[in-house]
Amino acid sequence: MFDKLPSITSFISRDRNIGRLLGVALFILIILSILNPGLFLTVSNFKSMAYQLPEFGLLAMAIMIALLTGGIDLSAVGIANLSGVLAALTMIRFIPQGAAGWQITLVIGAAVALGLVIGAICGAINGFLIGRIGIPAILATLGTMQLFTGISIIITKGYAVLGLPDAFLYFGNGTIGIFPVPLLIFIVIAVLFALLLNKTALGQELFLMGTNPTAAKFTGLDNFRLTLKTYMVSGLLSGLAGLMIIARTNSAKADYGASYTLQAIVVAVMGGVDPAGGAGTVIGLVLAMISLQFLSSGFNMLRVGGSFSNYFRELVWGVVLILVMVINYLDAKKRARTPQESGTDAKAQMPDTAAGAGSAQK
Amino acid sequence: MKKILRSSEFFVALVVMVLCIIIGLINPVFFSWENLFDLLRSGVVTGILALGCLIVIVSGGTDVSFATIAIFAVYLASKILIAWQFDGTVLVAFLLSAAIGTVLGLFNGALIAWFRLPTMIVTLGTSSIFRGAMLVFIGTFIINKLPQGILAFGQATLAQVSNANGAVIGLPVSVVIFFGAAVLVWLMMKYTMLGRGIYALGGDRVAAERAGLNVIGIQLFIYGLVGFLAGISGVVHASLVRNVNPFDLIGTEMNVIAAVVLGGARITGGRGTVFGTILGVMLVVIMNNSLILLGIPSYWQRAAIGVLILLGTGITAWQSKRESAANLLES
Amino acid sequence: MPDQILNVDNLSKSFAGVRALQGVNLTMERGEIRCLVGENGCGKSTLIKVIAGVVQPDEGTVTLNGRQYRQIRPIDAIREGIQVIYQDFSLFPNLTVAENIAFNYNLARKKQLVNWRDINRIAREAIAKIGVDLDLGAYVEDLPVADKQIIAICRAISQSARLVIMDEPTTALTEKEVRALFNVIKTLQREGIAILFVSHKLNEVLEISEKITIMRNGRNVTDGNTAGFDRASLVKHMTGREINETNAAIVPQAGNGSVPLLQAENLSCRGRFADVSFSLAAGEIIGITGLLGSGRTELALSLFGIRPADAGTISIEGRPAEIRSVQDAVRHGIGYVPEDRLIEGLFLERSIGSNIVAGTLRRLTRRGLINRTAVGAQIRQWTENLHINTPSPELPVKSLSGGNQQRVVLAKWLAINPKILIMNGPTVGVDVGSKAEIHQIIRDLARQGIGVIIISDDLPELLQNCCRILVMRKGRVLEELPTEGLSEADLTHRLSATTPAPASGTPAHSGQRKQVRPS
Repeated sequence: MFDKLPSITSFISRDRNIGRLLGVALFILIILSILNPGLFLTVSNFKSMAYQLPEFGLLAMAIMIALLTGGIDLSAVGIANLSGVLAALTMIRFIPQGAAGWQITLVIGAAVALGLVIGAICGAINGFLIGRIGIPAILATLGTMQLFTGISIIITKGYAVLGLPDAFLYFGNGTIGIFPVPLLIFIVIAVLFALLLNKTALGQELFLMGTNPTAAKFTGLDNFRLTLKTYMVSGLLSGLAGLMIIARTNSAKADYGASYTLQAIVVAVMGGVDPAGGAGTVIGLVLAMISLQFLSSGFNMLRVGGSFSNYFRELVWGVVLILVMVINYLDAKKRARTPQESGTDAKAQMPDTAAGAGSAQK
Repeated sequence: MKKILRSSEFFVALVVMVLCIIIGLINPVFFSWENLFDLLRSGVVTGILALGCLIVIVSGGTDVSFATIAIFAVYLASKILIAWQFDGTVLVAFLLSAAIGTVLGLFNGALIAWFRLPTMIVTLGTSSIFRGAMLVFIGTFIINKLPQGILAFGQATLAQVSNANGAVIGLPVSVVIFFGAAVLVWLMMKYTMLGRGIYALGGDRVAAERAGLNVIGIQLFIYGLVGFLAGISGVVHASLVRNVNPFDLIGTEMNVIAAVVLGGARITGGRGTVFGTILGVMLVVIMNNSLILLGIPSYWQRAAIGVLILLGTGITAWQSKRESAANLLES
Repeated sequence: MPDQILNVDNLSKSFAGVRALQGVNLTMERGEIRCLVGENGCGKSTLIKVIAGVVQPDEGTVTLNGRQYRQIRPIDAIREGIQVIYQDFSLFPNLTVAENIAFNYNLARKKQLVNWRDINRIAREAIAKIGVDLDLGAYVEDLPVADKQIIAICRAISQSARLVIMDEPTTALTEKEVRALFNVIKTLQREGIAILFVSHKLNEVLEISEKITIMRNGRNVTDGNTAGFDRASLVKHMTGREINETNAAIVPQAGNGSVPLLQAENLSCRGRFADVSFSLAAGEIIGITGLLGSGRTELALSLFGIRPADAGTISIEGRPAEIRSVQDAVRHGIGYVPEDRLIEGLFLERSIGSNIVAGTLRRLTRRGLINRTAVGAQIRQWTENLHINTPSPELPVKSLSGGNQQRVVLAKWLAINPKILIMNGPTVGVDVGSKAEIHQIIRDLARQGIGVIIISDDLPELLQNCCRILVMRKGRVLEELPTEGLSEADLTHRLSATTPAPASGTPAHSGQRKQVRPS
């Protein structure tokens, strides 16, 4: 990380996980292309993937940053929906019939700002509960998931909010040149996110805290503020995801995307994020996302009895998650046996078992 | 005596009592037999699942797949019984469902014990696998014509009461199953080395290994037992709602975990009691069911549960934070 | 049952390529009291873990009661009658005292059902044997460290063991309690039980043992009857060199100005320490010591802002300083090298470089982004200055030996340019060569004007490096002793004293544990 800028090949070989992921993505691409050449390798297929990936990608990044610090954010989807609902209602409520262009732009701007602010506030609530009160992240975000979704339900009374202005829908369905707008937005955010994690002091401190919060505290890092910022970023990303969802689907629902949470965790873990905290890369996450998105589209094409593919997909996500974790475990075990430093000094304290003493169970 | 007063269980009991009094004052229907039976009926399935959940949490883990296991087990069991055209005693349904549940639970246990994978994420994954497998391979249609045994069991009552409209409300026999299970789990946790081993494991895993405990065996047992209880609760659920809907129960994990944690169990492991869990279940069930009595529309329910979880876990966390600051690193 | 309880033959064990044990041999007979002696990092703990079945050897065999084992599980060792009192106690914090004490009893007998009356009886008998009074119903996590050590001892003796291994069992005990423990050991010996006693306190070793085995760098050095050893020969075998333990302490000029660098007045923290006052001048090295549980670490944690004091004042360079958080402490120029470097000091999975700059990341940024050249320069500077031995700073820090790891922690703190450095156990788990070098580094720091506080229970270390030593007992500073002319024997004695040498000052309270005369 502190070396000179690495070349692509050294980059890939340096992180075997990324290399592996690249291989997996290509493999899936090739297999699916062979099985369904007419359907899979079409521009329209890639296009539809390109429209849906961004909103999911943002949620995955939100969950990733929480995982990096040793926590988890199960409320991301809830925050996204709440942001979407409130932004949608703002746009519908405050754009009168036959409003002038600038009026529409103003309200859209306000709605977007509102969505993002809501995301940040919800994130701050999470950060406060986890960082100050000390509620374990699982429980806190389980609770806030219910709370945020519940608030969305109260506001919408269970109905979907429809009828958003065309100018806004552009962000979810428009193109600049051949690139879909949401994809461009996602790429920009992903680059900024990677920059945050790898090149800022905050990002590096997050990794440190995730690796060992006790040592972080003893080093002078402010764990509470780091936690607060982590979940605020997570909330912000979730809020943005919510805006992108409503921009694409032209509707805001309180319970959209219930399966996204699990998928995001699968993608994060597959992408190399350590569920216990302290490691993960954005590239890995993106590669894992692409792989799973390919798989997902592939399943859509296996149209047997309508919704069959959805359930099958769920089964596969679960299997992928478990497989990835088992492989990581076996990998780590193998690496623990290889010698690292030459030297005859014996260490004073050794873990009792291969996986190390004090490995927390979440 | 002081220890009892300071325990979390006492605190929860207090909260339950206060809650009952408040709700009762607002709407005295709360104190009717009819409502009591209703509450018990609602609480049975949650309660049985919570017992399994308690054991996992005490051991230091978190299982979120038990609801999926429950519905999978009863769905498959029902399909099998229907295929066999079995109309006999409900016992067979229970055994079959419990067996299926145990197998699924052992699958969890194997992954956790042998590969030392983080329990919450693993069970998130297996929950997905079980649900996907059920809907793909077993079916997606609701079974309305339940095997006779299950139906009869669901209708059997311990006691009956008639309300103002003349309708008869019964106290389902399944309550006995819940309390029976609770007693057995309590006995196991308090009076067997297996149970004490579970507490030890949740207290300090390394110390447990050094002390010679068979950690892998204990974990297999725990997750197998969770599956077993889930299978049983699945049949109870089916008997009460009189159908088997593969989309039921899923999503109720939150309620169950909330009940266990509100009942005083520590999410990090090592502490928790059956009595506390029962109180926690009461709290959650009362909250869920009383919103209507209080005139709060049902779509407030989710937010209310969220607030409850946060309050409950927040208070526990804040308390333990202050205690642990008092006991910080002694040298 | 054969007379030879334990026979360890040609045992070898490595962890990730680092040799912990190499061809080690050890035997224990009925009723034998043997001490296992060696510096930190010599392999004692690993050997114990192999015997206890917690760690599996790479080569060699362990024979218990005549039965040879290639792989031992903990339950096998326990059933063969091996009981271990671990250095970290290995108790269950969430269970009661009684249940902890009786735990192994039930396990060893393959009991399935739990009889609570039996548990209480077993526990009562065990604590009576030691001669203390504990609340059997208390949860272990609520108890102070000294009580935990006693509970761990009780657990080991509460059942018919054949061999009891005690790993540093006296670190928290007063002289009186150590005496009581020795009586228990003698009683056990009369019952035919063998005791393997691991300690770095050489006077205890010479007093209680009949045979001694010395290890160094994972190998046997020598063993024989205790009568054939004395302190000097023990030290020589342990360290491999002649170390003159009465090195005159290098006494730096005690402060150049009238204003002390750090002045603490009546610092108190409820339940941990009370009324602590001392001063530290620039360029001074002072020591703080006391038994485990004396409050010495709590004091350090208060100075460093982790657990701020409730009362009293701290002044830095004459100005009052509010230290309510670690950030406050760092801002005032205080650095802390912690006791447990693996958990408190290092980010094991991260690279060496990453660890070194962990505390200074915010200062090494340019326009919000990390300045890679500045970071690289800092890493290079400190790896060179402190002679951190590694082929590349990109390697994870867990690949380093204890001595090098400690240097990384030191580098992290030196990188922030502290004025005051508090070091808790600076050479624990560090090999002999690194130990001397680290001491040299500390003295160099003092020469540059940094004020150093060393907290340690390694008395020679304190005597060689500090100009003054504060002795703490039960949360109070008992006395402040100049090192000039102070011998280790004196200092040891002062550690267990209840009143300071000239009978002034408040006597420490006797604490919750009542001393009962051993039967």
